[in-house]
Amino acid sequence: MHKKRDFLFHLYMALFLAYLLIPLMIMGGASFNDSKLPTVYPWKGWTWQWFIDLWHDGRIWYAFRNTLLVAVAVAAIAVPIGAAAAILINSLTGRIRSVLYGVMIAPILAPGAVIGISTLLFWNKLNVGSGLHLSVLGQVSYIAAFVMLLVLARLQSFDQSLEEAALDLGASHGQVMRRILLPHLYPALGAGAAIAFFQSIENFNITLFTRGNSDTLTVYVFSKVRSGITPTINALALLLILFTLGLALWYELARRRRARLEAAREAEGRRAEDAELA
Amino acid sequence: MRDLLRRYGAGLTAGFIGLTVFWLLILVILPNLTLFESSFRPYLPVVDIGGPKDVYSLGNYMKVFGAPVDASFFGITFQLPVHIKIFFGTVYYSALVTVITFLLAYPLAYYLAKIVSPKSLPTLFLLLFVPLWVSEILRSFAWFIILAFKGPLNALLLNIGIIDQPIRFIAGYTPVIVGLVYTYVLFMVFPIYNAIQSLDTNQIEAAEDLGSPWWRTHWRVILPHAKPGIASGSVMVFMLSAGSLLVPTLLGSTSAQWFTQTIQQWMLEALDWNTGAAYAFLLLILCTVFVSLVMRVFRVRLSDIAK
Repeated sequence: MHKKRDFLFHLYMALFLAYLLIPLMIMGGASFNDSKLPTVYPWKGWTWQWFIDLWHDGRIWYAFRNTLLVAVAVAAIAVPIGAAAAILINSLTGRIRSVLYGVMIAPILAPGAVIGISTLLFWNKLNVGSGLHLSVLGQVSYIAAFVMLLVLARLQSFDQSLEEAALDLGASHGQVMRRILLPHLYPALGAGAAIAFFQSIENFNITLFTRGNSDTLTVYVFSKVRSGITPTINALALLLILFTLGLALWYELARRRRARLEAAREAEGRRAEDAELA
Repeated sequence: MRDLLRRYGAGLTAGFIGLTVFWLLILVILPNLTLFESSFRPYLPVVDIGGPKDVYSLGNYMKVFGAPVDASFFGITFQLPVHIKIFFGTVYYSALVTVITFLLAYPLAYYLAKIVSPKSLPTLFLLLFVPLWVSEILRSFAWFIILAFKGPLNALLLNIGIIDQPIRFIAGYTPVIVGLVYTYVLFMVFPIYNAIQSLDTNQIEAAEDLGSPWWRTHWRVILPHAKPGIASGSVMVFMLSAGSLLVPTLLGSTSAQWFTQTIQQWMLEALDWNTGAAYAFLLLILCTVFVSLVMRVFRVRLSDIAK
């Protein structure tokens, strides 16, 4: 009976993956079709034209540069803020902790449009005009919460007696932070920076309301799609997907190599143990 | 707090507090208060700002009651102000998207957590993550191509003879739902997977050994255990759907407006930021109500939802 059930589940998994991946393939495929509209059907022949057009489209590259600048700025601001907030909340208990936690989490759940508009209105009151700097601040307001959650989780496995020992041995406060706390947090800070960077690249809603006249990649693609599209967007999409795929594969291979090393080390240890017993 | 001072000294502690205050006060609380305050002010030319006409009123909120149009619900047709219709349409279809993603995601999450061999998990996760990393706009753009009138889906259906006339898919709310489900289904899969994974497999086997049919095992053992995951996934999917602007603009038509599009029109087309603020505030209220409702129904805390 389980065999039949398992077969159905495997089938479902395969269908689900097809459902997720086929649209992306269709979109990528359309970038090679020699047709003015982005589609795979009818197929009018193979062309590299859209990649060449993409290469010559200066505005796309300018928007791409903006996107990267914003993403770097968001990561640079959100990581210290998130880490500081996590350290602070980790030392609190009781009611004040849960209230503060609620306020920190709320921006994750708030719609991007609301964050974008409130950021725009607030800074406008202070006579700061719209532009990508406001997009950075708006994005930080919720991305810092992701960093906070990651660092807070990492802090749970932190052994505070290490800090006590360091203080007893005469370390300064700065040394305790730099030599003991931060090294323990590095993985979480790295993950936080990566998440901040990619969340920022993805962001559309906040950027749309705060950007002023500047374009980021998502906003630019959006305006392109609305105002009549050529398959250059597909070419761009395909490149982005391949880039993502490359990153994912690299990550997976690195993980496998680590797992293999670990297994080898374990086997080595077991052999040594056996030899000792003998 | 005293603990922080002892460990890191006054300077660093002040730094931690300063950064947190900057975040919560300058980036979160004050902007939202400004939003709230602006939403009660009229939209005026620059010279009139601060003048006698600049008084608080509910005028911006009253605009939702303007411009009645025909609406029908379960076959009953009645008049409804257009923005109210859009608002409830957004709520209704976002809830529908949430239900559909749950139905799609639950078997998958169960499969990943309890059936598939742990060895192939990393590969499967990698395959699932790839679409998640492709940006939202490209994912809806993919469906824009697929659903086009002369697009591949119509061609396929015509060729295998299911239909003999191409269907105009991009009409009404259907394409928006298709796009939203595709874009956000994974936000439902992962929380439910996490929840089911922490269930002891022995409990499932015990239920089976005691003669429970599969549906009862799910209903009495697995679903209750997966509750926090379902709550978390539902909140994420509903919020993302109701707040989405990309998908409805790309895949929707003029007859199928989303509330975020109305907000965007006030803000960026009418340039009436005050009414935009009022509408944004309505969206915020909707989300707050939804989150508290889910927390009440599923009896979970905020820290269970945001993980």
